[in-house]
Amino acid sequence: MIGHLVRRVGGAGLTLLVVALFVFVAVQVVPGDPARVVVGPDASPEDYAAARTRLGLDTPWPVRFVSWVGAFVAGDWGDSLLYNRPVRPLVLSGLAVTLPLAGLALGMALLLALPLGTIAAGRVGGWLDMGTVGFLQLGTALPEFWLGILLVGLVAVAWRLLPAGGFPGWGEPRAVASLVLPALSLALPRGAYLARMVRASLADVLAEDYVRSARAKGLPELRIVAVHALRNALVPILTTAGLTLARLVAGAMVVENVFGLPGLGRLTVVAVEGRDLPLLASAAAVVAGLVVIVSLVVDLGYALLDPRMRER
Amino acid sequence: MRRHVGLWTGVICLTLAASPVLVGLVWVPWDPLSLGPERLAAPSVSHPMGTDWFGRDTWSRLAIGGRASFAVALLSVAAGGIAGTALGGFAGYVGGTWDEITMRLVDALLAFPALLLALLLGAAWGPGLAGVATALALFNLPFFARVARAGFRSIREREFVLAARASGARGGWIMVRHIAPNIASPLLVQATVGLGAALLAESSLSYLRLGVQPPYPAWGRMLREAQDFFPHYPWPAVFPGLALALAVLGLNLIGDALRDSLDPVLRRVIRLRPS
Repeated sequence: MIGHLVRRVGGAGLTLLVVALFVFVAVQVVPGDPARVVVGPDASPEDYAAARTRLGLDTPWPVRFVSWVGAFVAGDWGDSLLYNRPVRPLVLSGLAVTLPLAGLALGMALLLALPLGTIAAGRVGGWLDMGTVGFLQLGTALPEFWLGILLVGLVAVAWRLLPAGGFPGWGEPRAVASLVLPALSLALPRGAYLARMVRASLADVLAEDYVRSARAKGLPELRIVAVHALRNALVPILTTAGLTLARLVAGAMVVENVFGLPGLGRLTVVAVEGRDLPLLASAAAVVAGLVVIVSLVVDLGYALLDPRMRER
Repeated sequence: MRRHVGLWTGVICLTLAASPVLVGLVWVPWDPLSLGPERLAAPSVSHPMGTDWFGRDTWSRLAIGGRASFAVALLSVAAGGIAGTALGGFAGYVGGTWDEITMRLVDALLAFPALLLALLLGAAWGPGLAGVATALALFNLPFFARVARAGFRSIREREFVLAARASGARGGWIMVRHIAPNIASPLLVQATVGLGAALLAESSLSYLRLGVQPPYPAWGRMLREAQDFFPHYPWPAVFPGLALALAVLGLNLIGDALRDSLDPVLRRVIRLRPS
């Protein structure tokens, strides 16, 4: 187990480094010459050289990459050009919206997936199963942002049940209420996908010999499904749920823009539109880093639940 | 039998969704850019899907916008598929250090949601289609790389590969001629599913104003423009979303049907019934 842990954490660390390199290349190496942008096209060669030195551009980019990673790890994420403020508190306040949003969506998705998947797996091939599967196929295909638009229009604008958008800030009375619709538009497609996973893995388990033994003992069907089967089907389901969390963070990036939520996704889009490269670099690094870390945690959890996964 | 139902439902959904694009290859009823006097009109005989706030015909805009969406999706799946298959296949065949390095890169690429890649490239290259297409190709690459790697790894141990090697065939020839045809079906499934994902991602990006630039239409951008008028004027927000959802649904159904018919292990799971 220790060996597996070390190997996985080491691998994730390497992946994080490659992720940082991707971000750095996209933001620092490709976009051209920031010194030229700072001093303008008519500047004298001396001013231009001074700006290059000031921005640290006279050193080769691998050196800049190492110092960028060092500064990032040390907590110095630079200043945002658009907001004229340090990047770190901006990104962290975005995270304080995006993470609860993704968490809420995951909860809703599981709430949808477990009962639906179980119902469908109860009689694979039956009409109830076919109906559920068809419904789930439909749900998986729904674009999150379209669902968001429809939900805002119907629930918020027409029926005035929930806030249509924006976020009042944590501690304000409608904070959670303003996350409900965005979370729902994320949860329906993902939940439908999860439900199909629940169905598939539960159907697999229900075909096992020990389920037949449980039936032969005369146990009630509910107990067979809930206790004997669901527990064994849970390992792949939890893995998928963990990876779904990573997908939800990504999906939140679009949905935040539908609802005008000040999360990481909104920040990233604003940074791209305003060419705020320091903000973009940190926000992108945090999103991608989050995905790597969530995958690592899921992987380790998998090994903890299922000893067979530890060797390899 | 069941899988044929899925397959044909998928084909019908996809054809329905793409009908403005398909018809648009020979005939587009209105100029998708020209402003008209009827704003936010409901569907009628002259405007089968109504008009948007500028009086532009929704059917015609779906036709022209869909052309770009499908082209970008196809292109990115082709590019990502070829590059990913080559990388992953080679890694799986030779194994060792090269395999380690490739898979580490692929894992890192997997950590980037398509959206984030496109946003990064949008910042680097400007908001045009090139960044979106590249991002979607990079997004598709790791999935193909994993499928190809797994396939090559398992097949390189088979006896017919050994026979080919014994008869003096070179590595490259064995990979292309003897192994690759055997993993064509999982790659085909991946391509179908990847196409739906790419279509969805492209529309999300055009919703975020990346990709096709105004006044040219894109499905996601049409939804963004229609958002403010929903639900009072629902039509401009209904049809592009419906087209997108149907197209993705169709591609997913086709992918699932292909997977079921090509993968005997999964077919067993589908068939089983608790007695």
